[in-house]
Amino acid sequence: MSRRLNAQDIDDLAVGAWILGTGGGGSPYLNHLNMQRIASTGTEFELIDPQELADEAQVAVVSTMGAPLVMQERLQDTSDVARAVEVMADHIGSKFDAVMATEIGGSNAFQPLMAAVHLGIPIVDADAMGRAYPEAQMTSFAIGGLQPWPLALVDPRGVEAVVTHVPTWKWMERASRVLTIETGSMAATCKAPRTGAEIKQWSVVNSMSFAIYLGSEVRKARAQLEDPIQAICAAAKASILFAGKIVDVDRKTTGGFLKGVALLDGLDEYAGSEARLEFQNEWLIARRDGNVVATVPHLICLLDATSGEAIGTETARYGQRVVLIGITAPPLFRSEEGLKYVGPRAMGYELDPTDPCQ
Amino acid sequence: MRRIGIDVGGTNTDGALLDGSEVVDTVKTPTTSDVLSGIRQALDELSRDNIGAVVIGTTQFTNAVVQRSKLNRVGFVRIGLPAGRSLPPLSGWPPDLAEVVRGQTFFVKGGVEYDGRAFEHLDELAVVEAAKQFADNGTNAIVVSGSFSPIDPQQENRAAELIAEHHPGAQITMSHQLGQLGLLERENAGGLNACLLELAASVISAFASAIDQAGLGANTRLFLTQNNGTLLEVEAAAKYPVLTFASGPTNSMRGAAMLADVTEGLVVDVGGTTADFGALVSGYPRQANAAVEIGGVRTLFQLPDVMSIGLGGGSKIYRSPLRIGPESVGQKLTKESLTFGGSVPTLTDAAVATGRLDLPGVPQFDLSNASEVMDLATRMIADGADRMKLSSQAVPLVAVGGGAFAVPDQMAGISEVLRPAYGNTANAVGAALAEVSGVIDRVFYGLGHEAALAEATQLATEDAVASGAAPNLIEVIEVEDLPLAYMPGDARRVRVRVAGPLQ
Repeated sequence: MSRRLNAQDIDDLAVGAWILGTGGGGSPYLNHLNMQRIASTGTEFELIDPQELADEAQVAVVSTMGAPLVMQERLQDTSDVARAVEVMADHIGSKFDAVMATEIGGSNAFQPLMAAVHLGIPIVDADAMGRAYPEAQMTSFAIGGLQPWPLALVDPRGVEAVVTHVPTWKWMERASRVLTIETGSMAATCKAPRTGAEIKQWSVVNSMSFAIYLGSEVRKARAQLEDPIQAICAAAKASILFAGKIVDVDRKTTGGFLKGVALLDGLDEYAGSEARLEFQNEWLIARRDGNVVATVPHLICLLDATSGEAIGTETARYGQRVVLIGITAPPLFRSEEGLKYVGPRAMGYELDPTDPCQ
Repeated sequence: MRRIGIDVGGTNTDGALLDGSEVVDTVKTPTTSDVLSGIRQALDELSRDNIGAVVIGTTQFTNAVVQRSKLNRVGFVRIGLPAGRSLPPLSGWPPDLAEVVRGQTFFVKGGVEYDGRAFEHLDELAVVEAAKQFADNGTNAIVVSGSFSPIDPQQENRAAELIAEHHPGAQITMSHQLGQLGLLERENAGGLNACLLELAASVISAFASAIDQAGLGANTRLFLTQNNGTLLEVEAAAKYPVLTFASGPTNSMRGAAMLADVTEGLVVDVGGTTADFGALVSGYPRQANAAVEIGGVRTLFQLPDVMSIGLGGGSKIYRSPLRIGPESVGQKLTKESLTFGGSVPTLTDAAVATGRLDLPGVPQFDLSNASEVMDLATRMIADGADRMKLSSQAVPLVAVGGGAFAVPDQMAGISEVLRPAYGNTANAVGAALAEVSGVIDRVFYGLGHEAALAEATQLATEDAVASGAAPNLIEVIEVEDLPLAYMPGDARRVRVRVAGPLQ
C-alpha cells in the first residue's frame, strides 16, 4: 500500500536505519539533517509497496560509496544522488519509474529520498540488504544471480563514470571501489537497474517501512519513559544477548575495512560474564563467555543502554554502557546460496551461522 | 610560584591559593549575578603576595549560549563548493539560537581532500566579495570553515588573510583552530565561538580589572581553564571563548586527583543534589564519547565523561518504598533539614543520626530508618562507581564535595576511599594547578601505528611548548588511533594530547 512520508517518518527512519546498520553503514545524522530541512518545508515523499510495481517497471537502485569520515567533511548534496540516477537513465536510454535503497542500514537508507527530491519519482519500500553489509556485492540481487552491470558513479566536481560490464558482482565492487577512492573516497552510485518483477522476487520487501516503525517504537517508548530497548526487541522480534559496558575496542584497517574486536564486561544480570564482538565495519560475530551467540547474516546490534540509540563500530569507545541484541536475518540470506555471500565463511570466519533468536 | 585558582560555579565561587602544589588557603563565596563581585570577594579573602598567576574557570560563556543572551551575530564563509550547499552553516541548531546568531553565509569554491590534495582551489575573488559585504553590513564576527581544514589549513588561512585585508574590523574564527574532523561540528564550534566574541571581550577585560583592583601587579598572569583541564592564555581566551565551556567538572576532577595524589582511579564529587562520578586517566578526566551538545548545538568537543546520580547531602528521603532523591532541598539544607531544625528528612540527617557525620549543636530528631538509608546510599554510590570502572581490578576512589560523607569507607571493587583535605574546593585547586597542553588531531597516511603516533606526539609537544609548557616535563595524556575504513594507503586518524606545567 502506498503511503506518504512526512517529517516525523524521516526522524523515525534515522533512528531505525541506524539500528539496522548493525554498527556500520555510516551514521545517518547528516543525511537525516539534509532531509529534515527539506521535509520541514512540507515536502512529502511517496513510498510504494513493491507489490504495486508493474513487472516491467524500471527502478533505480542507489547508494553512496566511500568513507564515513569523508562524508562528514565533504557534505553530500541531494543533487549528487539524483545526478547518478540521471547518468544511468541516459546510459540505458529510458526513464526510471521509482528509486530504491541498496542498503537500509545506516546513512544509505536516505539515499532514495535524496534522489526523489529532484526526480519527483516514488520510493520503493524495499532494499537489497535488510541491514548494512561491508561490501557492495553482499546483496539479495547478487544472491539471486541478477545481472551486476551497469553502474553509474558521480562526484560533485563533474566526474561521471559508467561501468558498462563486469563478469561478476565481486568485480563490480572492485571496479566501483577504485573509482570511489580516486574521487576522494566518496561517490554517489546508481547500481544496475532492476525491474519490478526482480524486486518483487529478490529484494528485502518493506524494509524502509520497517526501519520507520522501529524508529517510531523507540520514540514512543522514550516519550512514555519506557525502556526503548524492550520496544526495539518487541518490534524486531529481537533477543537480548548481553548487557554491560565496553572495556576495550581494538581496531585496525585491513584491505580498506575497519576490523577489530570489542570487549564487554557484564552488568546487572550479566555481571561476571563477558562478551566479545568481532567486526568488519559491521558487528559480525558475538560471543558470550567464549560461546558464539550470534553471527552474520543475522543482525547484531549494539545499543546505548539508556537511550536505545545504536552504537557504531567507529564510535564505540570504552566506558559506554550497552545492550547487545540479535535479530534473525531474512530467509534469503540464510539460504545455502545466501550464506555464500553473507555467511560467516564469506567474511573469513570458520564458523557455522548462529541465529541469535534460537 | 604561587597561584590562585578560581572556579565560578552556579552556586559558589571557590578560590584556592597554592604555593607550588601545596594548598595555602581556600575560600568559598556565593556566586553573584554579575560574577565579578564574587570573584573580587574571593580574591579579597586570599593573600595576594607574590602571585605569579590567576587561573579562572567560569561557566559564563556556557550560560550565555544556554540562555541565548549577550550573543552577537555571526557571518559564515564556507569553503567547499561544489559540495555541501544543501547543508548550510547552522544546520541542526535550535531555531531560537540560530535566529539570534545567524548573519550572512557565503559558499565559496575550495576545500581539501582527506589526503591533503585540493578538492578545489580556493576562489579568492568570492572570499573578497564576501569580506566586502560583511564590512558593508557591519558583520565583524566571521567563521571560516573548509572541508578537511585540520589536515591542511592553508585555504582557511588564506581566506582569513583576504577577509582581514578587505574588512579590517573582522574578528575571524577559523574552524581548523577548533580542531576536530567533522565539518559541520567544527563549523558549529566556530559559530558558538564567534557569537561569544563581544561577551568575551567584556568578560576578560573585567577579569583583568578585578585582578588590578585586588592589587595584583603586572607580574601576575591571567589564564582561563579549558574544557580539558589545561590553561588558556587570556589573549587566546578572548579569541576562543568556546574552549572554556564545561571546565567546572574538569577542574573538580583534576583538583581531586592532585589533592589525593592519584592518577588512575575514580572521583566522586558529592554535592547537595547530585553525586558526579568521573574516571581519571593519567591524572586527567576520561573524555566522554563522540558528539556532545552544548545549548542544543552538536559539537565534537572533548568533555569529561561524567555520570550523575540524584544523590547528595540535601537529597530527600522517602519511605515505603525507601528511596533517596532525586529531589533535594538544595541550598535550603540549613533551613529545611531535620539537623537544622526543619521538617524534611534528608541524607544529611541520616548521616548525623548514624554518627557518620558529626555536626555540633544538632537538635534531637527522630529518623528511625537512618541506617537503612545509609545502606541504600552506599549501594547507590558503589553501583555508580562500578559503572564508571573499566576493569574488574580494584581502583582508588577520591571522594570530594560537601556531601562526601555519604561515601562509605569500603566498597567492592574499590581499593581505598581517599578524602583529601580541601576536597570542598577541589575545583579551585584544579584550576590553580592547570597545565599547558598541546593537541593534534589529524589523518596520517602511509605511516604505521608507531610512526604516526610518534609524529603526532612530536607535533602536539611543539604545540604545547609554543603555548608555554616546560619542554622537559611534558607528558602524553591521551592517545587515540583510529584506522579509517574504505580508504587506501593505511590512512589513520590520530589524536594525541600532551600537557606539562607552565614554565
